[in-house]
Amino acid sequence: MKYEIILTVNGVAYPVEVDAHASLLHTVRDQVGLTGSKEGCDDSECGACMMLIDGRPVNSCSYLACQADGAEIITVEGLAPGDDLTPLQSAFLAEGGVQCGFCTPGMLISATALLAANPEPTPDEIRVGLSGNLCRCTGYDGIVRAVSKVARG
Amino acid sequence: MMGATYTTASSVEDAVAAMAAGARPVAGGTDLVVGARQGKKPLPQALVGIHKIPGLDGIGESDGGLVLGALVTHSALVSHPIVRGRFTGLADASAIVGSHATRANGTIGGNLMNASPAMDTGAPLLCMGATVELAGPGGRRTIGLDELWAGPGQLSASADELLVSVNIPAPSPGTGSAYVRLQYRRQMEIAVVGAAAVVTLGGGAVMDARIAITALAPTIHRVPDAEAALVGGPPDEARVDAAAAAAAAAARPIGDVRASVEYRRAMAVVMARRAIMTAVARASGQDMAIPASDSTYGS
Repeated sequence: MKYEIILTVNGVAYPVEVDAHASLLHTVRDQVGLTGSKEGCDDSECGACMMLIDGRPVNSCSYLACQADGAEIITVEGLAPGDDLTPLQSAFLAEGGVQCGFCTPGMLISATALLAANPEPTPDEIRVGLSGNLCRCTGYDGIVRAVSKVARG
Repeated sequence: MMGATYTTASSVEDAVAAMAAGARPVAGGTDLVVGARQGKKPLPQALVGIHKIPGLDGIGESDGGLVLGALVTHSALVSHPIVRGRFTGLADASAIVGSHATRANGTIGGNLMNASPAMDTGAPLLCMGATVELAGPGGRRTIGLDELWAGPGQLSASADELLVSVNIPAPSPGTGSAYVRLQYRRQMEIAVVGAAAVVTLGGGAVMDARIAITALAPTIHRVPDAEAALVGGPPDEARVDAAAAAAAAAARPIGDVRASVEYRRAMAVVMARRAIMTAVARASGQDMAIPASDSTYGS
């Protein structure tokens, strides 16, 4: 059975039609057309699909699109308007926190959620806060430095 | 074939009616949906979203105890000052469930009703004497956690009963609690072996003790022999060792990809000792870091 729902992504309401079992990730990528959020493991291990739902970090691969009906969803595309970058995004670039880039959208969402909850995390708290996000290139140090840099202001 | 269906419940009654018609409830989705993605079990054909039911996400005080709505998340528990201060073993557990995304979405109701013998919140809540209120088509009933779990993934509750709240009685003065697990990494982990202890001290002696083991039997359960070994005198090394040994003796572990039977047995005594010692320290007024699992190595 198909359900008509409204996904509000980065402030824009998108009416979409989905199956009961459709994931939020696939719906945002395939129907809304925002492909910043990635499918890595597809079972909540890697964090590449992470979005904010009403401010909460969520692995969107394992979240039902139907459950996000009416919620405020933020993806990596919505962190800053247009081609602007948030201070966190700039710090990722400056500190070598990006290599292949596949994990970066999820890392940015996790780090954004972390800083919202804890504006001055220690390096250890940053590592714990990002431990649901896997990166196979950077060795994490550049990412932790980038988040530390923003946290210190 | 009509295909899978989904409805959103706006009240407990809505949810129970949908469940009576065969739907499975979903809140944070961190067990049900993740499990389906991992290929453990396909998603149910009929789902009812319970995440928007009003009034189920509160943490309230009642006569010194706590009432947790079914939709309270692990993040909410970890950041709640009363949970951290007086129900610390529960904060130890909620602090290490999954990742920060799991904790932001996963609920206490879902954790308990999933009935995993490895769930983190089960052992501390069991030791605290928590009861759960279940709503079904015939009305509501309250049962102890020890009556709720029937086996791995098995409940005594019927499929049309929804967990509405968890009630934790007030701890006696001089009580401290802790939950500790063996983990190979600090996050995105499931207990290899775990233990919880709730200890009440009076005049330097153990007046009351509750000890439960996790991931060591088909269900999380208390160990009366371990509790008896700890009570009745000062919490010295001999008493703590005897209690930890008794807790481990009650283990009936499985061997699987994460640990052998022998290793689980060997670590059961270590986890039980750490949980007891941390609970004793907290009962004596010492400030021990939350989660206890990350700070008890070497003890």
